[in-house]
Amino acid sequence: MSAALAAGASYADLRIHRITTELIQLRDGELETSVVTREIGLAVRVIVDGAWGFASHAELDPAVAAATARRAVGVAAALAPLNAERIELAPEPVYADVSWVSDYRIDPFEVTAADKIAVLGEYTGRLLAADGVNHVSAGLNAVKEQVFYADSFGSSMTQQRVRVMPTLEAVTVDTDAGTFETMRSLAPPTARGWEAVADDSVWDWTTELAQLPSLLAEKVKAPSVTAGPTDLVIDPSNLWLTIHESIGHATEYDRAIGYEAAYAGTSFATPDKLGTMQYGSPVMNVTADRTVDYGLATIGFDDEGVRAQSWDLVRDGVFVGYQLDRVFAPKLGVARSNGCSYADSPHHVPIQRMANVSLQPGAEDLSTEDLIARVADGIYIVGDKSWSIDMQRYNFQFTGQRFFRIRDGKLDGQLRDVAYQATTTEFWGSMEAVGGASTWRLGGAFNCGKAQPGQVAAVSHGCPSALFRGVNVLNTRSESGRS
Amino acid sequence: MISPSQVVELVLAEAARQSRADETMVLVTDRSTASLRWARNSMTTNGESVSRDITVISIVRDGDTARIGSVKSSEADPATIAALVSASQAAAQSAPEARDSAPALVAGACSPDWDEPSPLTGVGVFAGVAPRLVDGFHGADALYGFARHELDTTYLATSGGIRRRFTQPTGSVEINAKRGGASAWSGISTADFVDVPIDSMLADLSVRLGWADRTVDLPAGRYETLMPPSTVADMMIYLGWTMDGRGAQEGRTALSKPGGTRVGEKLTDLGLTLYSDPVAPGLDCLPFVAASSSSERVSVFDNGLDIGRTEWIRDGVINTLAYPRSAAAEFDVPVAVPADNLLMTGGTADLTDMIASTERGLLLTTLWYIREVDPAVLLLTGLTRDGVYLIEGGEVTAAVNNFRFNESPLDLLRRATEAGVSEQTLPREWGDWATRAQMPSLRIPDFHMSSVSQAQ
Repeated sequence: MSAALAAGASYADLRIHRITTELIQLRDGELETSVVTREIGLAVRVIVDGAWGFASHAELDPAVAAATARRAVGVAAALAPLNAERIELAPEPVYADVSWVSDYRIDPFEVTAADKIAVLGEYTGRLLAADGVNHVSAGLNAVKEQVFYADSFGSSMTQQRVRVMPTLEAVTVDTDAGTFETMRSLAPPTARGWEAVADDSVWDWTTELAQLPSLLAEKVKAPSVTAGPTDLVIDPSNLWLTIHESIGHATEYDRAIGYEAAYAGTSFATPDKLGTMQYGSPVMNVTADRTVDYGLATIGFDDEGVRAQSWDLVRDGVFVGYQLDRVFAPKLGVARSNGCSYADSPHHVPIQRMANVSLQPGAEDLSTEDLIARVADGIYIVGDKSWSIDMQRYNFQFTGQRFFRIRDGKLDGQLRDVAYQATTTEFWGSMEAVGGASTWRLGGAFNCGKAQPGQVAAVSHGCPSALFRGVNVLNTRSESGRS
Repeated sequence: MISPSQVVELVLAEAARQSRADETMVLVTDRSTASLRWARNSMTTNGESVSRDITVISIVRDGDTARIGSVKSSEADPATIAALVSASQAAAQSAPEARDSAPALVAGACSPDWDEPSPLTGVGVFAGVAPRLVDGFHGADALYGFARHELDTTYLATSGGIRRRFTQPTGSVEINAKRGGASAWSGISTADFVDVPIDSMLADLSVRLGWADRTVDLPAGRYETLMPPSTVADMMIYLGWTMDGRGAQEGRTALSKPGGTRVGEKLTDLGLTLYSDPVAPGLDCLPFVAASSSSERVSVFDNGLDIGRTEWIRDGVINTLAYPRSAAAEFDVPVAVPADNLLMTGGTADLTDMIASTERGLLLTTLWYIREVDPAVLLLTGLTRDGVYLIEGGEVTAAVNNFRFNESPLDLLRRATEAGVSEQTLPREWGDWATRAQMPSLRIPDFHMSSVSQAQ
């Protein structure tokens, strides 16, 4: 930082970022992939004449660090004349020499690959032993992220967090008909350690693996859905992804004012609608936070040294908040960043990324069964699968893992070929009821993409089960032109 | 940093010293990148980076079976190499048998540039681009976009003597222009940033925004549609990713059929050929396998294997699927390894002529957020983006609202009625990973627009 400031920077920050990743993939119990990746490097970000400059290097050496800082200054100086908007950073208290470590029990990198492969292999064996399961893929993605951050305001912090994402998918094949069907486990990715995979202490693997083959067999024989407006009860294992796409990304302020326009897109939730736009029904309350236990975006301080916070995005159905970093807070006219800066690599510049964005449960502790009981003819959707939304976050289409028909308030077997398609505010406006705290679950993803060069981030979304009226359901066979 | 060839020799010497593996592979990739990003006619985040990945793959053999350990590190300090090798050999010692084991490859000639330093890039590569962009910043339209240049130099060595090296340049420029409620996009891939036609890209964007002076709202439905090369590339790239042989043989992909695979099935009479080729002019890419981990499509045991031209679809007929050596032996088919590019040829029409011969139809610009809905038929959903235009009487007469589509690339090939001349293009959706593409335009008589998107 002293080299950057001496070279003419008015501001500098340094990030030393280590990411250790393990990827294991088994096909039918045989090892296909097992690789550990250790990434480390240093990143220097500077402001010169109101313009950003960034440079990084793989070599952790004082002379290389200083040279990298001077390169960052050089980048900023070269491009400052092309800049029309000066960078201003929102103020934040200084946090000197602090540390934060996420809450986990077993560091996944303290467990040998052989032990992890053995557990995945044993889970695979349970599925393959069941009638009708022809193939099983089992995967584990484990990450440990360690970051040292310091800036020229005087903050310095060291942080560590871990996360795991286990997946098991069973496939049944009808070789005579040339068709197949799949079903994946519902265990979510989580900011926990190996304990989330190894046994039933965090996730009930015993029950899930026991039920999955029969659910898959039932799905294969299920009737194809009738398309049209349909009442839906959506389980948290599916709804988290709809929240991610239609609320999480839509309330990123950098998108809303055009900074992602050429790539990830913009947002219908523009600043002129803040405080007035009806995002959804009055039972819709959405918070953003970087503090929830075991959230994938949970952290002590963001990549600009801002302390983690929690705040409202939608209150009583009204759009009231954005996600911000230190650059975008002043542009919105608010005094402080809410701590959404993150870079996925030492070789990428920090950008505004998503907090854990979650739908809050209702005051009354309605169960999922209570919501289903309100539906005469509809579908209960469980588990996520396909997702897609337009570049302004209006039109989306989602599928799922399991679709249970609801008749007269009770589940009545499965359906297949289901997708639901809607416009964001109409969908959330059709939300009649939310489940209570007992139905609230955290889902999430490791692979949220944004920015150029492309960056990925892990993020969680909590939600209760919820009841929606009259959502447009598609029959995917018909969509593909098959009868 | 020490040179990559020095890293290689240190790793192999350390592997021999620790001596817990029968074979060792080393992959070193030096990456140098530079990027510019702009929004609202102003530069935003710009930067340079230099990084190195070292992958050590240890192989322990027992007859025809083998166990592997693969550990990848970006730590540049040579002092970490011993620990890296140790971790790799320990992983191999404790691993179960790999499903894709295959005999070691015989070493060929050493790449002649093996000891040359890895080339670097920097923001200076944009010297010919930035001033032209700034001219655009001073124009009437709001410009957004991204330019990147990357040089990845891969060094592959094995304890059996393989020494191969390749430098992969990758670059692209994307410009999104907005005027009022209209949005247009232009993008190209470029290996070297020589002669990037910023001025003509800006002129093309202005023409397209002018087409939006008249707008027409159309409902969902099936429309005769002209898909330009970028949109065809995005659909065919997804098809390419699903063309692994094992999945099809096991009955769990859209390339499966009762009793086998769809190899031999005729998709179209248009004579289209879909292929990858590491020496395709202007789209050169890595000519040998260099994988740090195995998948259904590639195997680390094949590291060093030559990659040749592979025709996935030949003259409209599904011709082959991807098989690493082990899968090829298991299913008794030829080895087929995909190169990092994708081309489709066979059409002759000029897009301008295709527009002129359209009585009423849609002209797309790009596709976005493409995801798989039904793997059994490879049904994909996605959106049109940054320009859907109405063609009436052989001319573009208006801009149309965006749509969500549900379509399968296999079905698009089955239903296409005309193909244009193949040209190099930048896939909008997959361009971050699949930058090298050459595709024709396609005429689809009944493209399925499932619903209207309000997005501009």
